[in-house]
Amino acid sequence: MPYQIVVCGSIVPDPLQTLEPVIGPGGPSLKNEMLLPSVFDPWAAHALYEAAHLASTVAGSKVWLVSLGPKAKLQQVVMTIAQKAPFELIALDGSASGFTDAHDTAKAIAASILAIPELDRRRLLVFGGWESASRGAGVTMQITGELLGIVDQFQGVDELKITADGRLQVLERVESGKHQVSVCDGPPALLGWATGNRPEPRNNPQVGMLNMRTAMPAIQKARPAAAGARDLLFQDLTLPKQQRETEIVKDRSAEEIAREIVAWIRA
Amino acid sequence: METVLFLAHTEADGSLGKIALESLGAAKELAGDSLVAGVIGENTSTAGSLPASRVLTVTGTEFAQARYATDAAAAEAVCRASGATIVIAPATSRWARVLPGVTHRLGGSVDTHVTGISLRGGKLFATRWYYRQRMEGTFERSGRPWVLLLESGCHAPWSGAAGAGAVEAVEVPLAEGSCRTTVQGVQESQAGQQTIRPDAELLFVTGAGWTKAQRDGKPHVKEAETLILEFLAKTQASLGSSKSLVDISGEGQQVLGFLTHMNQVGQTGSTPRHPKGLATCCHGEEPHVVGWRFIRERRAVNLDPNCGWARGKADVLYVADAFEVLENVNRCLRETS
Ligand SMILES: Cc1cc2nc3c(=O)[nH]c(=O)nc-3n(C[C@H](O)[C@H](O)[C@H](O)COP(=O)(O)OP(=O)(O)OC[C@H]3O[C@@H](n4cnc5c(N)ncnc54)[C@H](O)[C@@H]3O)c2cc1C
Repeated sequence: MPYQIVVCGSIVPDPLQTLEPVIGPGGPSLKNEMLLPSVFDPWAAHALYEAAHLASTVAGSKVWLVSLGPKAKLQQVVMTIAQKAPFELIALDGSASGFTDAHDTAKAIAASILAIPELDRRRLLVFGGWESASRGAGVTMQITGELLGIVDQFQGVDELKITADGRLQVLERVESGKHQVSVCDGPPALLGWATGNRPEPRNNPQVGMLNMRTAMPAIQKARPAAAGARDLLFQDLTLPKQQRETEIVKDRSAEEIAREIVAWIRA
Repeated sequence: METVLFLAHTEADGSLGKIALESLGAAKELAGDSLVAGVIGENTSTAGSLPASRVLTVTGTEFAQARYATDAAAAEAVCRASGATIVIAPATSRWARVLPGVTHRLGGSVDTHVTGISLRGGKLFATRWYYRQRMEGTFERSGRPWVLLLESGCHAPWSGAAGAGAVEAVEVPLAEGSCRTTVQGVQESQAGQQTIRPDAELLFVTGAGWTKAQRDGKPHVKEAETLILEFLAKTQASLGSSKSLVDISGEGQQVLGFLTHMNQVGQTGSTPRHPKGLATCCHGEEPHVVGWRFIRERRAVNLDPNCGWARGKADVLYVADAFEVLENVNRCLRETS
């Protein structure tokens, strides 16, 4: 059975950037937020790679990417991610800030999934990252699933296998570095992906060109989505006092260092 | 006046896990004698010993499994029956999978990965981290019910006498299709070795340097494996890794066979909680070190005196060859055990 796989994912600041919070009259944001370089949210990227892989193994399957973020930044990031996997983009113009509440984001995403003309619930798999690298809450996907009436939901997914009789076998991360193994009768289902097992696909300029043909118009006509703070009221946001006074130990024998480490471990 | 519900699921043996007892401690502190408790599981016989004015239970084989549809139905029913305005729950993988969805059904607000709750001027404030442990925020919410999933290690576990509350069983009507998913069980990491130990005193982190060419121009991966496994066996430390090292396996290079993505610490990995951490052959770059947010004492062994650890990220950096140091550490552990 061909799948309709909708991947939800947006943009986050490049992790190598220094981030500084500021609380203004409109609530909190990051200093120079619009100037910070962005990347596609890493766990959502894994979801996209897994979706592309599944679609390539089941003939007739199709992948959509629903992305809610500031239009101008979406455009930059989509250009890069478009080289990795074939998809049809559905863009929503709104805040991708970590300080917003997930409810509005989920509402906008669910509405745009329901608006896909050929949508068939019996074939629908909704993918996303299990947490974002911005809010990191693991809330958006669940509410999106609820709004779509999907009650077979999985989070921290590292593997999806289709069994011979078409059921979904899912491995989810649980405590102590273990996986819970579940089998679901079939779509519709929602999977929030962790890292999965697939390496990042190499850039494929041909795929990129094909994607951009539909992605650019999708970004241009991206509808505004009100992703706000809802009832969330921040009192403060602080950077940790992370600078430690590092003692740099040079010119000591491995044996001396070892003794010191063992004493420290046992202290 | 808030009605505070402590919401837990039982472990396979019917008990409450450590993290659940920590959330109970926090909820009890907040609500005092008026606390309401809700317990869900196959066997909820221990619920009567909770320090609550009312105890609501959902019991049955359908609720043994950590499955979204049944867990959501049960949690929703308990929250509604309790009339709770504040729900405090442990951030287990089981609750993290389902409580945000339940909150949506209740028309409430939810915060996950909460690291602290406090009352100030009669108002409840919560604390959590944003941008993968880069900054900490304190906030309040006006929406109710407000569901808070509390991380482990953020409150002392509750211990004490049972409350006066009678146990009330809550009926949960399960919609058709609630059991389309079957949980078959839990399996060890694919690498076949149990190297992640959340309760360990020490986090031991390995970086890509363990697989790189060493002074003689060659990599020594087998030797690295032996050294690391002996160290882990002797110290019972939990094994963490940099992303570069776990990614190498995807690129077909020689790697340490016992590592998987589950070991990865950092921005796109875990943020474990251990009192001490020792990094070896790991550069200490920011996307990795954000995963060390909750590691109090940090030491690193690296050949490069200018690596990230040197720049305020560790308490002590030993500029040395990790192969030599670990060999000596293992010998010292052997001789003095
Ligand atoms: C979107 C994104 C997300 C990321 N998420 C994460 C994440 O979650 N976790 C993470 O770890 N990284 C993450 N990274 C990658 C991160 O930026 C670094 O590239 C990575 O942490 C480097 O790993 P490393 O220190 O093991 O490897 P390297 O940078 O290759 O460092 C190897 C180190 O080994 C040392 N070494 C070599 N031989 C020896 C020896 N014999 N004795 C002692 N020292 C030796 C070297 O001096 C060097 O410092 C992310 C990056 C991006 C872009």
